[in-house]
Amino acid sequence: MIPASFAYHAPQSVAEAVSLLEQHGDEAKILAGGHSLLPALKLRLSQPGVLIDISRIGELQGIHVGSSIEIGAGATYAAVAGHAGVRSGCAVLAECVEQIGDIQVRNRGTVGGALAHADPAADLPAVLLALGGSVSAQGPGGSRTIAADDLFVEMLTTALEPNEVVTKVTVPALGKGEGAAYSKLKHPASRYAIVGVAAYVKLAADGSVAAARIAVTGAGPKAERQSAAEAALVGSAGDDAAVAAAAAAAGDDMEYLGDIHASEDYRRAMVKVYTRRAVAAALSRARA
Amino acid sequence: MALLMHPANNGVLQAEGHTLVRFCWQHIEEVSKVSTITVTVNGKTYTNDVEPRTLLVHYLREHLNLTGTHIGCDTSQCGACVVHVNGQSVKSCTMLAVQADGASVTTIEGIAPAGELHPLQEGFWECHGLQCGYCTPGMIMAAADLLQHNPSPSDDEIRHGLEGNLCRCTGYHNIVRAVQYAAAKMRGEEVSA
Repeated sequence: MIPASFAYHAPQSVAEAVSLLEQHGDEAKILAGGHSLLPALKLRLSQPGVLIDISRIGELQGIHVGSSIEIGAGATYAAVAGHAGVRSGCAVLAECVEQIGDIQVRNRGTVGGALAHADPAADLPAVLLALGGSVSAQGPGGSRTIAADDLFVEMLTTALEPNEVVTKVTVPALGKGEGAAYSKLKHPASRYAIVGVAAYVKLAADGSVAAARIAVTGAGPKAERQSAAEAALVGSAGDDAAVAAAAAAAGDDMEYLGDIHASEDYRRAMVKVYTRRAVAAALSRARA
Repeated sequence: MALLMHPANNGVLQAEGHTLVRFCWQHIEEVSKVSTITVTVNGKTYTNDVEPRTLLVHYLREHLNLTGTHIGCDTSQCGACVVHVNGQSVKSCTMLAVQADGASVTTIEGIAPAGELHPLQEGFWECHGLQCGYCTPGMIMAAADLLQHNPSPSDDEIRHGLEGNLCRCTGYHNIVRAVQYAAAKMRGEEVSA
């Protein structure tokens, strides 16, 4: 037996899961796809007394595509990557999740789980920030929506309360004149982002950049918007000079983490390189 | 993210100076907690009492004696433990047996009828797709999932589809040939190694 002992519950509804969280308090952890939690349990870095497995809750599985795209928190990466409506309405999301881990990881890992876990090297936080998306969560007092900008508090910490369950993730369906892209330097074995940059742009009628959101993951303790890089783009013609200015401004005002795979300095340099790639790709899609 | 765990850290997990988690090594009294699960493995239905912390790979190997599924890295990276759960390939070291309750599981032992080789098994044999054989069950189960979605993959698509499986002996060249052999055979084409 590798993990420490725990009691296991598999509720059939979100309400039942919330009530179990209320009942067990700090002792309980939510289990979804398990691809962040089970490795932590196996190292005994996490030793919860109770696991609440939400993977059997049908209401968390659906994907709905309309003017916005609503993804059930329990939808796997593979389900999102293979969803035709997601691919046509918000291709960057499919592009992001199909770069996560490998197919076996994508068959189990969930969108809601990744965002609730907030691993500093996870891909989705950057994309959610760039798209201006949100997560919905249900707790004992009902449901609420948390904007991506308010979600990521610090390393492995979100604005979710301990007694809340993420129910869905909402991102906009992109229209004409809008484009988004995700570009990442991946660790060759784990495929976690050493640096990942997501960019979203919206063009005005005259072709200039009306709005831009850029977010970086992997480089520091949490995924972060890059306001200086965004400011360098907005109002510009979105030409090569503007892309270069955005890349140059990226990553100057954020906290970095270095490790055996890449130093802080290397990550700082790569933030600029991958910002340039992501912004250029987003612009090209917005013009298509 | 660098996780530095060392007894000298006094039980504090650090990532480059940032304290992540405090933990302790003290023995935790193990409470007897047992779940009853029913799982169909290779077409046969089993009902067993397991501790919820039992990993699916340990359930298969130790409760059902199906030792064809291997344990390699134990960290969801090497793919030696790949099995199919409800038709999808998963790493059975990173799934609890209780999560497979009610599911249909296929392991390497169940991929072909007794006494016969699956086209992938034949391909690995004919194309020398293995040396020590440790990664082979996982490679074959992952390749079987790939071929059910893409019956005519390019070499690049095979390499991409097997990115979750590591071989430390032969390299991947003959593994790709073995999968191409199986794909051709499964399409009903004449094959040669």
